[in-house]
Amino acid sequence: MTEVKMTVNGREVSGDVEGRTLLSTFLRENLGLTGTHVGCDTSQCGACVVHVNGKAVKSCTMFAQEAAGADVATIEGQAGADGSLNTIQQAFQDYHGLQCGFCTPGMVMSAAALLKENPKPTEAEIRNYLEGNICRCTGYHNIVRAIMAASGQDVPAVAAE
Amino acid sequence: MYNFDFEQPASVEAAVAALQAEDTLPLSGGQTLIPSMKQRLNAPAKLVSLTGIDALKGVSVDGGTLTIGAATTHATVAAEATAYPALAALAGGIGDPAVRNRGTIGGSLANNDPSACYPSAVLGTGATVVTNAREIAADDFFDGVFTTALEEGEIITAVKFPIPEKANYQKFEQPASRFALTGVFVAKTADGVRVAVTGASEEGVFRWTEAEEALSANFTPEAVDGLTASADGLISDLHGTPQYRASLIKTLTKRAVAAA
Ligand SMILES: Cc1cc2nc3c(=O)[nH]c(=O)nc-3n(C[C@H](O)[C@H](O)[C@H](O)COP(=O)(O)OP(=O)(O)OC[C@H]3O[C@@H](n4cnc5c(N)ncnc54)[C@H](O)[C@@H]3O)c2cc1C
Repeated sequence: MTEVKMTVNGREVSGDVEGRTLLSTFLRENLGLTGTHVGCDTSQCGACVVHVNGKAVKSCTMFAQEAAGADVATIEGQAGADGSLNTIQQAFQDYHGLQCGFCTPGMVMSAAALLKENPKPTEAEIRNYLEGNICRCTGYHNIVRAIMAASGQDVPAVAAE
Repeated sequence: MYNFDFEQPASVEAAVAALQAEDTLPLSGGQTLIPSMKQRLNAPAKLVSLTGIDALKGVSVDGGTLTIGAATTHATVAAEATAYPALAALAGGIGDPAVRNRGTIGGSLANNDPSACYPSAVLGTGATVVTNAREIAADDFFDGVFTTALEEGEIITAVKFPIPEKANYQKFEQPASRFALTGVFVAKTADGVRVAVTGASEEGVFRWTEAEEALSANFTPEAVDGLTASADGLISDLHGTPQYRASLIKTLTKRAVAAA
């Protein structure tokens, strides 16, 4: 076991990990931050997306020791201290951008990374950016609409083609 | 995943020394190695992370040569390889944003997946793969599926691309994996045209020499009209037959020339 230290949602944390401990495992099992979901074993689904030093990464495809000293942001850090949803989370609720909710933590974290890079993305840019986030409920349309709304743009009536 | 020891050296020398140990692999972005370890296709006793080595990172231009450090992420290449737009575009089309924020050019080339994007750019540009021990020409580097000229314990440190006059990469995406179902990289230099094909052959990335000759004489999409890519030895899977891939090779070559 090796001790790792990092900052998670603004708080300094540490814990003992093995070589094979994934960042997602460290967040969920050492820190109890189970909002980061693990939906696959192949690095394809994106439910585990968190930010490491400001960049969206799949926390299931990075070892905890690789995040030593890093600044990590997870879904738990998105809402205000009083539990009020942030703009993206609120838009997901308003536009029904989730059904079962399993992919939602990754979707929200990817959306946050997108809007930081590109504050007013087009519908095509949103769809392109979310290529690594799989949702099996919504068909994506309402997720795209939520992100359009969260970026302060008119929300198109996306046809369910 | 089986457990292993983890080391994160700060220099190439220290990494190469650490890699002398039995059963030890380099870890770069982990976007291929970690999933393969989860499936126990790989079970090293030790991983030596390269991503803490600053000397392996970055994009630079010197005259007509673009050099990329082996541990440079796809996202960084997409943003910073502006001197070679076709390469930047290729990097920006690999996987998805989270994969691009971790995955690296060195890992992609060492892995030599038959459907990966970078091998086609390296072979198609006639780039040079630089390792801790030597320089390897692209034509000598790729050695069949998941196999390269790298010796055990040898690491890629950088890749040097001669910047072509014109180039373009056309990727026909396999929508589930986002790898190339077939991809074609075309580059036109003062020495002629190179056409490299990925995602199609059971032997991995290869050059379509007939198209290279035709395009060196006449760099227009029509120049390949009279050619037929052979379906012999092409991959057959649920995504496409060899004949389908052969047809894609020609179509994508024409599109790449038109877009270059
Ligand atoms: C969802 C998803 C989609 C993807 N889509 C694409 C795609 O569209 N196109 C594409 O080309 N790729 C794609 N990839 C693969 C991705 O590009 C990987 O980043 C890349 O193949 C491996 O690079 P890495 O830095 O992650 O290497 P790692 O996974 O760390 O390593 C891969 C192998 O290379 C070895 N290695 C690493 N660095 C070096 C070095 N410097 N010298 C010698 N050996 C080294 C390792 O030991 C290991 O065997 C995708 C991956 C995922 C998970």
